[in-house]
Amino acid sequence: MRLLERPGRWLIILPPLLFLTVFFLIPFAFAFKISLAETAPRVPPFTDIFSRTADGHLQLSVSPANFKYLLTDEVYGVAYLYSLQTAFFSTLICLALGYPMAYAISRASKTTQSILLLIIILPFWTSFLLRVYALEGIIRDGGILNTVLLRLGLISQPLKIMRTSVAVYLGIIYSYLPFMVLPLFATLEKLDNTLLEAAADLGSPPWRAFLDVTVPQSIPGVIAGSMLVFIPAVGEFVIPSLLGGPDNLMIGRVLWDEFFGNHDWPVASAVAIAFLLLLAGPIAIYQYYNVRQQEA
Amino acid sequence: MERRFSPVLFAALSLGIAVLYVPILVLIAYSFNASPLVSVWGGFSTHWYVELMHNRQILQAALLSLEVAVASSTAAVVLGTLTSIALVRFARFPGRLLLTGMVNAPLVMPEIITGITQLLLFVSMLQMFSWPHRGFTTIVIAHIAFCTAYVTVTVQSRLQSADRSLEEAAMDLGSSPAQAFVEVTLPIIAPALISSWLLSFTLSLDDLVISSFVSGPGASTLPMVIYSKVKLGVSPDVNALASLIICLVGTCVMAAGYFMRRAERRRVLDMQIAERG
Repeated sequence: MRLLERPGRWLIILPPLLFLTVFFLIPFAFAFKISLAETAPRVPPFTDIFSRTADGHLQLSVSPANFKYLLTDEVYGVAYLYSLQTAFFSTLICLALGYPMAYAISRASKTTQSILLLIIILPFWTSFLLRVYALEGIIRDGGILNTVLLRLGLISQPLKIMRTSVAVYLGIIYSYLPFMVLPLFATLEKLDNTLLEAAADLGSPPWRAFLDVTVPQSIPGVIAGSMLVFIPAVGEFVIPSLLGGPDNLMIGRVLWDEFFGNHDWPVASAVAIAFLLLLAGPIAIYQYYNVRQQEA
Repeated sequence: MERRFSPVLFAALSLGIAVLYVPILVLIAYSFNASPLVSVWGGFSTHWYVELMHNRQILQAALLSLEVAVASSTAAVVLGTLTSIALVRFARFPGRLLLTGMVNAPLVMPEIITGITQLLLFVSMLQMFSWPHRGFTTIVIAHIAFCTAYVTVTVQSRLQSADRSLEEAAMDLGSSPAQAFVEVTLPIIAPALISSWLLSFTLSLDDLVISSFVSGPGASTLPMVIYSKVKLGVSPDVNALASLIICLVGTCVMAAGYFMRRAERRRVLDMQIAERG
């Protein structure tokens, strides 16, 4: 490496490597450790895993009780399944909405493209919490949607959307749609047009060329976009908490309540660890495609 | 390239954009509603904005959020830039895979998991080293961790497209490698640094979940205050506050976009001049 001498390299590599290891990676080890402890009425509210016995030996006391508890208490299984189901269908709907949008943007002229992208990105950076709140203003019983529909005479009673699954779906789709559009656009933009021309020359009708050429080439974007929607959506807390009802128990909400409501840190840690194991597959897929795209 | 814009595509795009924007526009419109009843229009008024200026709890939370955002985005730009230099310029080093993983994972990791794990770390560290106390410091550290990921992604793509031959020319003319990087490449990637700072700033300003976990008693950021108010339902002063934040963040993002585009135009122009010369 000519650019920087070998010892100098570590001045660049070490600060972020150490910071992220200590403050992003190691925390998972602590969460695992505490998930094996028990709650205790003290500060911090859990027992020590390592302790010294009277004769100075190190004593290890771990218990898988919290994980067993997750399996026995129905609420966790139900919440995990409900979260997976909600995230899965929201991802499909986002894909159905986002693909034509991304495709349209990729077909636009360069100037229009950058304007359209800015329009899509702008809400992506606008406060997540405030966008969910803004959506509440639209769909609540006396909100704009019901007012308009009532005035038009299309409905005689306000639609009950708030505090239902529909509201949770709307919230997730509304919040995560840009995460789907951007990676899809990134792959569709790089699409090799000569292939489409070749398909046309060989007599393929446009829809056939789209299915045979465009769709297969956009698969990396489909996967990246789906993971960017699916993984955070499974762990969503703000949306089910503000828009959902008591039945819409998503795992993020259970974790939050366990932690802030019940102050049961070990069980909350166990929920987080179990949750992480559940997401390990999708996260690995995302990382794999991401690294491959960056190296390309 | 063939530019055809079928009516179906146009409709899909318009619908998508409408879905993204209508709720925000309605919210801003209602922040000027004179009536305290959120569903009745009572005429134009700036009453709720005036009210905000007298709300000490909100002002304090806003100040804390701004301090956290400035501190964490500045640190994240430094760490993120170092990370992208490492990943783009050093093809092989021990820990490369680990570093790649740690900058990509926060982009998808549910915040609730990051939040709880980081809190448990801070609590354990406090037991062992009597540092850090939960509050400003812990929120800043947690925000640096996820902002670094976003900075790395932004700067990395810019660094990849930066022309290495300019740096090599500088070194042939006697610059040290570090000097060549600082004097040649740093100005080229500067717009990406500015825009990633602005983006980190907005991300930090927005964060609710991670801050709620790692914060301590007495340190409430603006999103934490808003969340506890919103939990009670739609209210006109939150509308006013939300409108202000949306305008501030919108300006930041547009500024970020502007810097990126201006840099891109300059780069293209430079290349044209170079080719002619």
